[in-house]
Amino acid sequence: MLLKDLSEARGVSGDEGAVREVLLKAVEGLVDEQRVDALGNLICLRKARRPIEEGRWPRTVMVTAHMDEVGLMITGINGDGTLRFEKVGGIDDRVLLSKQVLVGKDAVPGVIGYPPIHLIPAADRQKAPDIGKAAIDIGAKDKAGAERLVSLGDYATFRTCYEVLDEGGLRTVKGKAFDDRAGCAALVELLHEDYALDLYAVFTAQEEVGLRGARVAAFAVNPDVAFALEGTICDDLPKKKDVSPVTELGKGPALTFMDQSVIADRRLVRLLVDTAEGLNIPYQFKRAAAGGTDAGAIHLAREGVPSAVVAVPSRYIHAPVSMLSLDDLDHTVQLMKAALHTMEGGLNA
Amino acid sequence: MNATELLRELSEASGVSGYETEAGAIARRAFEPHADAISSDALGNIIALKRGDRAPDAPRRAIMLAAHVDEIGLMVKGYEDGFVRVATVGGVDLRTIVGQEVVVHGARPLPGIVGSRPPHVLSPEERQKAVPLDDLFIDVGLSQESLEEVVRVGDLITMRREMVELAEGYVSGKAFDDRAGVVSLALCLESLSTLRHAWDVYAVGTSQEEVGLRGATVSAYGVAPDVAIAVDVGFGAQQGVDEKESITMGGGPSIAKGPNIHPVMFDRLVETAKAHEVTYQVEYAAGATGTDAWAIQVAREGIPTALLSVPLRYMHTSVETLNVRDMERTGRLMALFIAGLDEAFASQVGI
Repeated sequence: MLLKDLSEARGVSGDEGAVREVLLKAVEGLVDEQRVDALGNLICLRKARRPIEEGRWPRTVMVTAHMDEVGLMITGINGDGTLRFEKVGGIDDRVLLSKQVLVGKDAVPGVIGYPPIHLIPAADRQKAPDIGKAAIDIGAKDKAGAERLVSLGDYATFRTCYEVLDEGGLRTVKGKAFDDRAGCAALVELLHEDYALDLYAVFTAQEEVGLRGARVAAFAVNPDVAFALEGTICDDLPKKKDVSPVTELGKGPALTFMDQSVIADRRLVRLLVDTAEGLNIPYQFKRAAAGGTDAGAIHLAREGVPSAVVAVPSRYIHAPVSMLSLDDLDHTVQLMKAALHTMEGGLNA
Repeated sequence: MNATELLRELSEASGVSGYETEAGAIARRAFEPHADAISSDALGNIIALKRGDRAPDAPRRAIMLAAHVDEIGLMVKGYEDGFVRVATVGGVDLRTIVGQEVVVHGARPLPGIVGSRPPHVLSPEERQKAVPLDDLFIDVGLSQESLEEVVRVGDLITMRREMVELAEGYVSGKAFDDRAGVVSLALCLESLSTLRHAWDVYAVGTSQEEVGLRGATVSAYGVAPDVAIAVDVGFGAQQGVDEKESITMGGGPSIAKGPNIHPVMFDRLVETAKAHEVTYQVEYAAGATGTDAWAIQVAREGIPTALLSVPLRYMHTSVETLNVRDMERTGRLMALFIAGLDEAFASQVGI
């Protein structure tokens, strides 16, 4: 199962190699050209399988999904053999305590330790943890012992397995890094179809630290239009106040009007809405201008690229375990395939 | 006996206070091969008896060893839109369970996640506060309708955690507090099969320690031993904790001293460790130890009691970490102590 392999592959921003390996295998035989660029982006081209009419626009469509996930980097080794760390990408300190992690290329197991509740003053228990007091424990007795197993600069990922939670019903699955391995899985699926346009499937690096892979990939590919596929915020836990859930699980792919990085191209949003409604594919709008996506970098590439975002609602993103509905993932693929076909006839203003 | 494997089995079993059945069954199986009799009582304590080899004219003497089987956890309090609301059982640090995987023990066990809100939508102020219990929900990925078929109010929830072997003999997992004590009891019984001992030994896997030493209270009454040793975990040295508040990881069992401990029991444990070169350390508890020893000491007419602690980091979390050697040394020290028990010692402690 591709989503499982992608979710369990370890690839913090700047270290996407393992995810890329999974993807290289998955796109084998589906693409006409592929290359890895200076930032580690995997750029694949599936050429038009039917001739593109003269004067038709758009001819070249770029669809991206980012390979990297949020995680930790080892930045120091304490005298007692425990490891200091920094966060890579946006992680709430409050999800870090008492998690198992895997450190470095050899996946050395460790745990994030924190002073026990008994020794914490009652008033402090109401506050977010002081993450400076947390450390990763790999069992090393001292600094030298730790240095035999890990090096400064090693990346650490959460140790989380992929698993199906609800086979029927909501078709929920859990795993780490659905932001944006869900997008990666959807993007691979798009390559199984024949289009009358050149489709660049770009698996980007370093989204979580500032949309950096997408920026250079968009320059290189120079597409007519672009879509970013995402695993996006799904904050639909019950709440006391009337707060937007942003998206809701099981209600279909989420379309973005605007987030912190981009105002989606109106023509592309219209295309997506019309396609979904025409085919009765469930969809929803992302109902908060929160977060940023690769589209933020892509739409500013060169002289500008009309861009939009289609996302799989994913609960608990940027935490050790996320959850999505395979229905939402399937509907995302269905919607994108149909939208690409609609675009073969050109894009209405 | 493979101490690491027994600890793994015990750690991964569920046994929240009052519902110790699953972990208790494993404790029972671990004690059984070395016991002459095994029973359980009204509160779910597991009581294994290994008879001593006493002279025909000697009085019957007994020592009770206690380690608690129960663990802290959560309980289903209700549900809302397909999400489960919870209450805590025992001293759970809510800050350590956000984003954690759990098992909801409903009509069938359901894997779940303690939900967290994505950082993108939180204000800086919100991120400064611990998530209060009222805002914590467990997500098992089911619709409200399916949820209601499987989960009921009062169902127990445990952390879902595979034990992991770290470097240099360290392991990490949940409920080592106090399944590590249970392992050391089993190791002690095993050692005793190769040692001569005159006194009867009661190894008791106690229940409901985390909610007020309740299993120990009634089992100490029921067993009515002459002396007792409680085994629990102690705060191991770690980042963010003052050295004065902790014991040394890998430093062997910590022998406690203080009002909860009979001085003769303390002295004899130290002498035994020295004589047999068992690595040990000493800690001072000026008052309540918060362990089964506190309840046992005042059972019936009073019982001379001692306390051994296995050094443990990150207590009351799902990543409790210990050195397997410390657990083994604890079992060995108890066995050697028991082998040395005789009438002279009985008169020293005044029984």
